[in-house]
Amino acid sequence: MKPAGWGELGWAAVLVVLAAFLPLVANGYWLSIGVTAMMYIALSTSWVLFSGPTHYISLATGAFFGVGGYLVGSGMSDYSQSFWLMAAISPIVGAILAALIGFATLRLSGVYFVIFTLGLAEMIRNVVSWVQNNFLGSRGLYVLTDLRDQHIYWMLLVVAAAVYLLGWFVSRSRIGFALRIIGGDETVARHVGINTATAKVILFTSTGFFAALVGAIIAPRWSYIEPNQVFSPQLSFLVVIMALLGGSGRLWGPLVGVIPFTIIWEWVGIQFPNQSILFIGLCFLLIVYFLPQGVVGRLEELRARMRRAS
Amino acid sequence: MRQSGSVLSVKGVTKRFGGLVAVSNMSFDVAEHEMVGVIGPNGSGKTTMMNMISGAFKPTEGRIALKGRVISDLPAQKIAREGVGRTFQLVRLLPGLSVLENVKAGAVFGHRQRWGREADDIAHDMLERVGLDAMSYAPISSLTYIDQKRVELARTLAGEPEVLLLDEWLAGLNPTELETGVELIHALRDEGRTVVMVEHVMDAIRSLCDRCVVMSSGAKIAEGTPDEVLSDREVIRAYLGDDDA
Repeated sequence: MKPAGWGELGWAAVLVVLAAFLPLVANGYWLSIGVTAMMYIALSTSWVLFSGPTHYISLATGAFFGVGGYLVGSGMSDYSQSFWLMAAISPIVGAILAALIGFATLRLSGVYFVIFTLGLAEMIRNVVSWVQNNFLGSRGLYVLTDLRDQHIYWMLLVVAAAVYLLGWFVSRSRIGFALRIIGGDETVARHVGINTATAKVILFTSTGFFAALVGAIIAPRWSYIEPNQVFSPQLSFLVVIMALLGGSGRLWGPLVGVIPFTIIWEWVGIQFPNQSILFIGLCFLLIVYFLPQGVVGRLEELRARMRRAS
Repeated sequence: MRQSGSVLSVKGVTKRFGGLVAVSNMSFDVAEHEMVGVIGPNGSGKTTMMNMISGAFKPTEGRIALKGRVISDLPAQKIAREGVGRTFQLVRLLPGLSVLENVKAGAVFGHRQRWGREADDIAHDMLERVGLDAMSYAPISSLTYIDQKRVELARTLAGEPEVLLLDEWLAGLNPTELETGVELIHALRDEGRTVVMVEHVMDAIRSLCDRCVVMSSGAKIAEGTPDEVLSDREVIRAYLGDDDA
């Protein structure tokens, strides 16, 4: 990820302010799409923080997201805790879990890392389901709050803005530079003096923190939570697709991917509810074949070519 | 020049990969401002030796010390920060980064840990040093082979190392490029840098090295000035076989 400039930060601030007005002009269907889009913007941007520069494709987003949602459900339903307390605890648990996974996967790279994170997410889902079914009695959990779609939307907007701001600082910092070098060649990274393990674990931990936070915030939208639903592996794939569609080379790349994809995804879900998985697969193929650098990468490539021609 | 105290000292270093002994009981010292060549036939363990100094591998036995501090139990990134910089036998550059950023990587995380303008300045200086400042913002893919090697050398120099390891830096260059390359290393020598180089180009070894360590089958078979070791019967036998010795 290239270092982001002040101009970019200014544009981001303008977009955040504009986005804050959405609930005032839209409601019902469009607000609900807004909530979904904002959720994916926060998740994809935080995914890109780690996976963008390092090229470590993580499929564990669903696990952290699920932990967040599940903790809120379980805390409120089984232990009568407040939503706010659980929403504060969730990201911390998500971060700790991510740090542990980070340390466990340090030696893995490439496809092994991908498989590990996918398997791990599935394992967490099954363990939580098993504990829930065998020891905690009930299958589902109720999350009943006074929060409406617009409140959830605004909270997610704040999280997305925070993720962006963090990413902006990271991209200009030594650790951001270190991650780009790690993504290029880890042997070189070690030999120029980078503690590759620390750099990777710190960023992966931040991904876990934000995914769990988003999972916690979105929980009230469902009211009723089942482990199988919040730990959906589909979510991990969607986050990756949207980030890749936009382009993971820039911090604002995911934004470009998420908005159109969310709208199309909603439409596909309504028109062809049984073929949605097929649609994901098709998108993956198309992106990998035609937009390996994402829309943003493609545009930058075209711009560079035009500059050379002129 | 040789008696000014040893900067790098290798003592009784052995490396085993399972049953294979790649390096066996190697010992040598490198003094400050000295250029030492590590030579020997293919597969004699030279690169393994370099990899142990830079921390890519840990020695099975023995120890390596930099200015009296043992570094052989440290990970590669710590050794780099202690002041050992290296180039790789097959050039390793970062294709997603510009030429300048590639060099800056050395300055930012290396021995002195620079950042911001200071790191940029050092990167520019080092690129100028190797004669590539004009290419600062070019993509890596547009570089020729010798230019890639120069960028890698600039990256290593940007880390301001106390000891520089050059692993076959002259290999794979055509005759014209070789001339440029030898000149560049000569300039490093004139600066008084402490260098350990693995090399096959004998002319370069004769003109550059103060001293040579000759390896064969993982062990040291000779040590001395280039002329001494290259006329040593044992060395000739290792390179050419018994008949020619």
